[in-house]
Amino acid sequence: MKIDPREIALLEGLAKDDRQAIETIYKQHYNMVQALIINNNGSADDARDVFQEAMIVLYEKARSGTFELNCQLKTYVYSVCRRLWLKRLQQQQKFVPDIDGLSDTVPVEEELEAHGQRNTEFQMMEKAMLHLGEPCRSLLEAFYIQKRNMLDIASHFGYTNADNAKNQKYKCLMRLKKLFFAAYKNNTQ
Amino acid sequence: MEDMQLLDAVERYLANEMPAQERALFEQLRKTNPEVDQLVVEHSMFLQQMDRFSEWKQYKSTLNEVHTQLLETGSIKDKAPKASVIQLWKKYQRVVAVAACIAGITALTISAMVYYFTPKPVSDFRPLFRELKAEIESKTDQKIDSVLNASASSRPAANPKLGGTAFLIDGKGYLVTSAHIVATADSVYIQNIKGDYFKVNILHMNKQTDIAVLKIVDNRYQPVKSLPYALQKNQAELGEEVFTLGFPRTTLDVVYNKGYLSAPTGYNGDTTTYQLAISANPGNSGGPIFNHSGEVIGILIGKQTTAEGVVFSSRTKNIFTALHEIKKDSTNEDRIKLLLPSSIKGLDRVQQIKKIQDCMFMVKSY
Repeated sequence: MKIDPREIALLEGLAKDDRQAIETIYKQHYNMVQALIINNNGSADDARDVFQEAMIVLYEKARSGTFELNCQLKTYVYSVCRRLWLKRLQQQQKFVPDIDGLSDTVPVEEELEAHGQRNTEFQMMEKAMLHLGEPCRSLLEAFYIQKRNMLDIASHFGYTNADNAKNQKYKCLMRLKKLFFAAYKNNTQ
Repeated sequence: MEDMQLLDAVERYLANEMPAQERALFEQLRKTNPEVDQLVVEHSMFLQQMDRFSEWKQYKSTLNEVHTQLLETGSIKDKAPKASVIQLWKKYQRVVAVAACIAGITALTISAMVYYFTPKPVSDFRPLFRELKAEIESKTDQKIDSVLNASASSRPAANPKLGGTAFLIDGKGYLVTSAHIVATADSVYIQNIKGDYFKVNILHMNKQTDIAVLKIVDNRYQPVKSLPYALQKNQAELGEEVFTLGFPRTTLDVVYNKGYLSAPTGYNGDTTTYQLAISANPGNSGGPIFNHSGEVIGILIGKQTTAEGVVFSSRTKNIFTALHEIKKDSTNEDRIKLLLPSSIKGLDRVQQIKKIQDCMFMVKSY
């Protein structure tokens, strides 16, 4: 099967956090997914959630570098969304005999399993962060996520010097690690 | 404090921010101290997790931005319009199902009620009594009153419910009529063609054969010495010409009709009756059926509404049975004597009727 080089370029763009690539994929495939979800008991919000999750799957795949697109991007996105939506319907315990759609599907079970694993990890982290409370959360986010330096953080959060900020950051970090690893162990057991 | 410095060192080590000399020292420490090594591994994993988490968050927020932006520019639509009907259907499937069930139950209930309240198909056998409407009757009565004041005293005040015909079988005051006319009556009166009322008692009644025997109890009644007709003993023959007299009108006019015996059995093959082809109307019930020689072969009881000119008459044999019953159980002194044979045999029809009509009475059942 011939793969459109433009689609490969899109995936490469995705891996490089290219916003343009995201927009293009969004434009090309979102309406299809929305029709699928809405025709199968879902709302526009559901469609948005499912599509964005599929985009994350795609993103992870693109970044892993091992992803070889062996079908049309459209088919892949459709398959992932279909699978995700089925799973969600099952969770809601709505009985859906079979989702009807227009396109063929490709097997995406493995990807979704890996994605689900990552998703739970992220959720654990998010939950740990949420439990941390302020100002710890903002402090850690500033340091680890926004990657600002200690001096900057100290002045922004009103610490007298960088050492003070560092001290505070250390305490927060220990708490976060404790929360995260507790959840992590709980989950892997 | 030591821990904090250690963690700081680990972070700097992992971020490759250590000068070469310190790095060598730290690596040495890692090798000798498994706890430090453990911390490095753990923290490296944690930082990786944090990194990926931050990427994930950023990517998600980018996705959301793109979504809102595209929504605003109109590149994607919030709802697929073509699916709206299907969506409605999916959404209200259950409601529709419930509504359909209710509609179904309602429909069933209504049809059940319609079935229940619809008048049942009546039997096509119609007894020929006459239902007397009050106003017509009162008019007639006024007319009669004006002519015949004398007899008015013995006439009941109320309006009769049913009307029919009766005829004498014994001149002393015994009559035969159709049982269905008098079956529901509180009291029964008869009226002769001159307009005289007489009160009668029901001596015998058989609803199966539709025969009732009446007795005049009014002392103003003057017995008839001999009756012109007789009761036929044998069975009537198919095709025999018959005629009848009766009071189908509201006035005291005897109405004559003629026809023939069209079948030896009656309604639904009833062997106690005959089928006649004769025109008969409500009020003819209880009227005698004569053959050409003036013998009573039966009593008119009803007609089939679904067929034209099909009239039924109870057989004379049933009168004999009734008389036998009376004689058997009777503690009373009723001795009904039947006159045989017919004295009007051979007369022409007009003469026959003239003689017969004095023995005819209109029955009024109150």
